[in-house]
Amino acid sequence: MAEAILSLERVHTYIEQHHILQGVDLSFMPGQATVLLGRNGAGKSTTLRTIMGLTPASSGSITLKSQAIQAMKPYEVAKLGVGFVPEDQAVLYTLSVEENFRLAMLTENESAWARMETIFELFPDMKKFWRSKAGVLSGGQKQMLAIARAFVNDHDLLLIDEPSKGLAPIVVDHLIESINHIKNHTTVILVEQNFYMASHVGVAYFILDDGRTVHQGLMADLVHDEGLKQKYLGIA
Amino acid sequence: MTSQAATVGIQEKSGMDPKKLGVWTASVGIWFLPLLWIDPTTYAVLTVAGLAMGMLIFLTASGLTLIFGLMDVLNLAHGAFFVWGAYVGFSLLNALQKIGWVEGAGAAQSIGSVMLCLLAALVVGGIMGIVLEKMLVRLTYGSHLKQILITMGASLILVEVLKVVWSPNDEVVIVPQAFQGSWDVMDVIVTKFRVVAIVVGLAVLAGIQLVMMRTKLGIIVRAGVENKEVVETLGYNIRRVFTGVFCAGAALAAVGGTMWSIFKEQIHPAMGEENLIFALIVVIIGGMGSVTGSFLGAIMVGLAFNYVAYTLPPLALGANIMIMAVILLIRPTGLMGKD
Repeated sequence: MAEAILSLERVHTYIEQHHILQGVDLSFMPGQATVLLGRNGAGKSTTLRTIMGLTPASSGSITLKSQAIQAMKPYEVAKLGVGFVPEDQAVLYTLSVEENFRLAMLTENESAWARMETIFELFPDMKKFWRSKAGVLSGGQKQMLAIARAFVNDHDLLLIDEPSKGLAPIVVDHLIESINHIKNHTTVILVEQNFYMASHVGVAYFILDDGRTVHQGLMADLVHDEGLKQKYLGIA
Repeated sequence: MTSQAATVGIQEKSGMDPKKLGVWTASVGIWFLPLLWIDPTTYAVLTVAGLAMGMLIFLTASGLTLIFGLMDVLNLAHGAFFVWGAYVGFSLLNALQKIGWVEGAGAAQSIGSVMLCLLAALVVGGIMGIVLEKMLVRLTYGSHLKQILITMGASLILVEVLKVVWSPNDEVVIVPQAFQGSWDVMDVIVTKFRVVAIVVGLAVLAGIQLVMMRTKLGIIVRAGVENKEVVETLGYNIRRVFTGVFCAGAALAAVGGTMWSIFKEQIHPAMGEENLIFALIVVIIGGMGSVTGSFLGAIMVGLAFNYVAYTLPPLALGANIMIMAVILLIRPTGLMGKD
């Protein structure tokens, strides 16, 4: 079995006095799309934020490509090739779409602009609104921009936090299509409440509950496991 | 969804509905009001003086507003950078005087002396900014109360040190020959250095806008003003950007100090705090974090100060505070502030 691109061992994270992650163990295989599932407040988003160093782990280890990253600052983690798409369409509203992309390009070279061509094919709206402020985009377009922005650097690993939140079903379908395209090139870790989206993107899954990893397996098995879905995800 | 967004985009571009146009006309028109009681020649002189004063306040305010917008830091030590810049320029002018580059100097030498003074102030201000940010301000991110206390404290110490290094008394600043005196443009007396001040102010505005709008650094800073976390997760060390902006802001304030000292032809240790009051008013009028807002605010304050000082001298500062109050009533976030 190949070596994991990213693994978390007994990771604990506090936010102020709250003990959010209480021993999370995860490992992600390169080239695979993995979904983190669990109820609201299970610690899924905090797990992504802890990997990025935004809410640093208080104990435990996080290893990225055999390098310990648990003590690193967010910008250092990003420079190691980790793209992060935060929840709530976190694009920069006062910047134009173009500037959002330029900001995302750590090195503005030809290969970055060549990738822009692929991005334009995948997200034609980005080209259409190239000079507009990101603030005038619709919710779905903002989410596309946030994802496409993380794609521009040819990252090895992409962390995506609840991309489907607040989006219409038809937009979610487009998102699924785009992420499935992206996952051919890069390892994707997706936090998703929308089981429809999760099951159409993820190959492997982890279930978190109360800040702990409680279950893991392949998405193809989970889809038919009604008992497990009922117990941890509240879906019948 | 797409077409809706497109319509919004088009509306933004065509802008200017009649109501907005009315507001703009009124806000420009109000500056011609003093013509009712001030004769046109005096009005023109006061306007040039006001513009020059506004430009110089802008030099201090631009840094202050950027530091606040990006770092959410209220820097009350900004006046100290200003006054140190003024004294560095003063000393350098005295030194240059000995080699005949100030009084009795030719045009090239005069311009050279002023350039050297501005450069020296820029360097000294920049270094002071870096040291202060790394030593003190860094410890207070997130707490406005701590920032106010610590930058106020730093300011007091810096001004006391200045009194020890130079003197606690007023000093006369010698003005390079080419910038002494004034031009007579159709009976309007235009003091030469006021024109220099206006040119320098416009150049700084253009420079800041160029960097902010056309460079990657500018994109990073504007993005940081909006959302620091996103900038950080895209791979930029926001702390280093903070230090850089603080350094640039301090350097601009010091340049403002040097310009002010030559403008007023005299300096004293309390001039930093006096200027800081104007700069704070300007930053609040313009909207915290907006450079263009600060520029408009500075022009307004400079003009109002001069018109009122001519009509009713004791009310000059009060009038500016009133402008600030009125603008805050109409637009609580300032002219160009974010909602």
